[in-house]
Amino acid sequence: MSTPNRIFLGLTSIALGASITACGSNNQASNCPDCDDQVTVGILHSLSGTMAISESTLVDTEKMAIEEINKAGGIQINGKKYEIKYIVEDGASDWPTFAEKSKKLIDQDKVPVVFGGWTSASRKAMLPVYETKDAFLYYPIQYEGQECSNNIFYTGATPNQQSEPATEFMFKLSPAAGKPFFLVGSDYVFPRTSNTITKEQLKALGGKVVGEDYLPLGNTEVAPIIAKIKKALPNGGVIINTLNGDQNVAFFKQIQDVGITPRNGYYVMSYSIAEEEISTIGADFLEGHYGAWNYMMSINTPASKKFARNFKKRWGNDRVVADPQESAYNMVYLWKAAVEKAGTFNDNAVRKALIGVKFDAPQGPVEVMPNHHLSQTVRIGQITSNGQFKILQSTDTPIAPQAWNQYEPSSKGYACDWTDSQKGRKYRL
Amino acid sequence: MKLSQNNRRLFKLAIGLIITASIISAPAILPVFRLNLLGRYLSLAIVALGVDLIWGFAGLLSLGQGIFFTLGGYCAAMYLQLNSSAELPNGIPEFFGLYGVQKLPFFWEPFKSSFFTLIAIWLIPALVAGLLGFLVFRNRIKGVYFSILTQAALLVFFNFFNGQQKLINGTNGLKTDVTELFGQMVGSDSMQRYFFWITALLVVLAWIFARWIVRDRFGNVLIAIRDDEPRLRFTGYNPTFFKTIVFSIAGGLAGISGALYTVQSGIVSPQFMTVPFSIEMVIWVAVGGRGTLLGAILGAVVINYTKSLVSEALPASWMFIQGGLFILVVTALPEGVLGWFQNDGPKNLLSRLGIARPISTYPSLEIDGKEEVKP
Amino acid sequence: MQLIIESLFNGVAIGSVLLIAALGLAIVFGLMGVINLAHGELMMLGAYSTYVTQLIFKLPALKPIYNAYVIVAIGVAFLVSAVVGILLERSVIRRLYGNPLETLLATWGVSLILQQFVRSVPLAYGTGIAIALLTGLILPILLPKNLYKKNRAHLVKFGTWSVSALIGVISSSGLSATISKLGRASARNVDVTAPAWMRGGFELWGITFPMTRLVIIVITGIAVLSVTWFLNRSVWGIRIRAVTQNRSMSDCLGISTETVDVLTFGIGSGLAGVAGVAISLLGSVGPNVGGSYIVGCFMVVVLGGVGNLMGTIIASFCIGIITDLIGAGRLLTIWPQMPAPLASAIDFFATTSMARVLVFALIVIFLQFRPAGLFPQKGRMVEA
Repeated sequence: MSTPNRIFLGLTSIALGASITACGSNNQASNCPDCDDQVTVGILHSLSGTMAISESTLVDTEKMAIEEINKAGGIQINGKKYEIKYIVEDGASDWPTFAEKSKKLIDQDKVPVVFGGWTSASRKAMLPVYETKDAFLYYPIQYEGQECSNNIFYTGATPNQQSEPATEFMFKLSPAAGKPFFLVGSDYVFPRTSNTITKEQLKALGGKVVGEDYLPLGNTEVAPIIAKIKKALPNGGVIINTLNGDQNVAFFKQIQDVGITPRNGYYVMSYSIAEEEISTIGADFLEGHYGAWNYMMSINTPASKKFARNFKKRWGNDRVVADPQESAYNMVYLWKAAVEKAGTFNDNAVRKALIGVKFDAPQGPVEVMPNHHLSQTVRIGQITSNGQFKILQSTDTPIAPQAWNQYEPSSKGYACDWTDSQKGRKYRL
Repeated sequence: MKLSQNNRRLFKLAIGLIITASIISAPAILPVFRLNLLGRYLSLAIVALGVDLIWGFAGLLSLGQGIFFTLGGYCAAMYLQLNSSAELPNGIPEFFGLYGVQKLPFFWEPFKSSFFTLIAIWLIPALVAGLLGFLVFRNRIKGVYFSILTQAALLVFFNFFNGQQKLINGTNGLKTDVTELFGQMVGSDSMQRYFFWITALLVVLAWIFARWIVRDRFGNVLIAIRDDEPRLRFTGYNPTFFKTIVFSIAGGLAGISGALYTVQSGIVSPQFMTVPFSIEMVIWVAVGGRGTLLGAILGAVVINYTKSLVSEALPASWMFIQGGLFILVVTALPEGVLGWFQNDGPKNLLSRLGIARPISTYPSLEIDGKEEVKP
Repeated sequence: MQLIIESLFNGVAIGSVLLIAALGLAIVFGLMGVINLAHGELMMLGAYSTYVTQLIFKLPALKPIYNAYVIVAIGVAFLVSAVVGILLERSVIRRLYGNPLETLLATWGVSLILQQFVRSVPLAYGTGIAIALLTGLILPILLPKNLYKKNRAHLVKFGTWSVSALIGVISSSGLSATISKLGRASARNVDVTAPAWMRGGFELWGITFPMTRLVIIVITGIAVLSVTWFLNRSVWGIRIRAVTQNRSMSDCLGISTETVDVLTFGIGSGLAGVAGVAISLLGSVGPNVGGSYIVGCFMVVVLGGVGNLMGTIIASFCIGIITDLIGAGRLLTIWPQMPAPLASAIDFFATTSMARVLVFALIVIFLQFRPAGLFPQKGRMVEA
């Protein structure tokens, strides 16, 4: 390690030490007794407000991953062992707060990396902060794409790793193949953009979209939407569902009551319903409907089972693991691997080193691609009565991510590559 | 017994001095991140001044100031988006591409001009507030009715802004950080330092402006509206006119505040129009002391700063503290902290504890000397 | 015809949820002049009570009568919310009568605390506290009056409260031991599953009527009828109305105005609890569930005016039917030959978000003609 780096590290660790003593509540017991030094990372999710329900599971997973790494000897650079410490900040389900807390983690706590975010809106709010300060954010949620930042690593699925294969499956292979589609979502950016892509894709496939509607966030009166669906799809069809959290409960409870069920030829494909949500909504409302993810708890491999087992052991036996958690788990390990590969915590070196890093994730092998996204396996599952997915389709090899969507006209023919200074954020293929 | 006029003036002077001193020394002692926070909270002091004008003086409790705050923020952000140094595909901000919009919506056009934007920041919120206020006050809707109507209006604006992806980017809101102004990025540290100074200056100006309003006959009319509106009407004044004017002034102040807040946080989004944020504005004023302009400023800055410190240490506890603050301030401290000090609160407390002896006077003198500050 | 019935039913279904939610708020506002911003949180407590009741009925001993849990839950939710409401009235609101704006702020503070309480305290403890409070309040009614003689009164009071605290502790530890779901603090939303007979729907004239919606309509109807009966026919109802009309006169005539305040607020809060049962059948139960209904309640109160319960009823159904007509885009189906510019305007508003915007705009326009709502309070006050 070069001298400036050493000084930098020394300074950061002083700052870190100070900040850790200052924040008593974030103090963690040392669980890496033979580590020589420490590094503190930032964790930024909503611990209060509407999104706390979902995001706290990510905090749990990230803590677990960090504890695992520490137990296994921490991060090893040039024979020196670093214990990972973390500072958890609360985004409070409020997008501007995410930006504010990011600034705090970067400027005040001087963390080399922040793991954080859930909603697209929170990511969009944080993005300018990381770009102006040239800091790093790891973002774990499947999202709508159409973005590619040099300062963000996206470990969730892009549309071509989730919604596109799912739409194709519903249109070609599901029991409702060839039937019309209805799109329903919460009123914010992910559902809107995702549905724009779905519409373009269906146009290309020759399918038909007979309607779409968006429920304002925080509103759970779904009766008008259900009336619309019944009118638009009198003889069954496919419903693409991108509703958020608790709105799903109202939706699934009430569509069942009016007979919008798989038995009557209505199939719902949801992009935001994972095992965690199934356990909240109740499997009997969801049985027979579909979901698409990279990771599903029912994957029958030793890595997947171990991940689920460890999580239950750490946080309680009634807990489940799902795709967002797996993605959060992966990103901690990917960062560790990149730091060890780079041999330093220096931002630029880690950024370069991260590309091409491979990891045996619970879902199978993943690899960081030049566009800062992951190549991942895509799975389509049908929800069973015990709250799990029955995996119907799974790609043999990981699918490469497309940051810029190839169905949407404004981004068609564009790609992103950060390894080549000529190409960068958005270049023509 | 009351503080003598002289003491009171000294007290106010002392508070003013403390505020000025801390503002001037802040950039030197605070790290950039904290300074930025302080700047943002100072900008919130301006919207608090507006709330104090309508609630503390005129007795109108608006739970919808977030509307005007956000409108001001959007005006500033639209200008910055149009002049962004990031590449503009088709010459329009990039987010439009996500929704397949090719042409700039018409109402964006005037925001290419910086002059228009500087006017719009306060004029548009003031006009919207004036219109809304006129429709409501004209029918003599007041009291809690007015409050819940403003809250409903807030929610409607929130829904509208949230749903209009194609016009103003919906939930995502507009970013301001990557625009160059006077050769510097808006998000850069030095630019943020300038914004801090501008905010501090504007807070002082807004304070002087608000003082000028409430000192004159206009201020007396406002207090009369608060204390006995029918009597005011019978004496030949038209309360609707005065209420509309003061409501739109508060709206304009909220707009300025929103614009300053936006450039310092780097984003404006419909999130600024959530119900809790607008009610919080009221609590800043209530804690600081309604009817005291300095109290509004102090309340906004101190409460927000405390909030950010507490939520860093114990995220879950802030809601309890805030809830407790609401209850405490209306039941035990209706005049707010500053009002409490001004009205002999410390002395009363001491005498209640039996430390200082209560000074007995003739009851009539007590009543004469007591100013009613109840709204 | 079928279309009109279906759309009417949908409107009534939406309206009845609004009505049950707004009923308690309107009563408290109309009779006491208090806007209770914690009303939504009292609904949330009702919803959580339903959830806890449901879990308790899943225990082996009660399994055979599981299907009846909803009926029990209505009573439980009413009691829990009413007790919390009464505590709220006794501790905070009582000090603020005559200052409606202050009450507004104080109840907002209470709502924040209740929300965070549900987030950070395990349900079992919450249930224990509720049980302790309930027994503490009910014991004095059950015990013979002559126990409360002069010197013993304090002792007996202390005794009953310590007994109820003990019962609370025992029940909370018992609950957390037997039902693991109640033992942990969790911000996670929980879900109430309707019993089998309430699921699905039945078909008539080719229209499916969902059972849950029908049940909610029935609950709402019963609640409205019993409140009307209570206020107009029962002794205490008449006393409540007397106090509303002239407080000091009623006081002189020997009506205990304090009891009237407690009773009114208790009933209003209890109705919020019943509304909680209704909304728990429709969606999930979480700390924020109240917030999503409260603004709809305000719209109802503003539109209906405070003079009369009829106003609340009509306003709820009007808003429900209009929301459905606009939001589900039914106007176009009912009147297909509508002129093109109007049709495109209607189409613009035919989403759930925009329907809300339009409903609010319509209410503001309506208030231009009738500023105090459909049924204003009658009186000769200068203010009116």
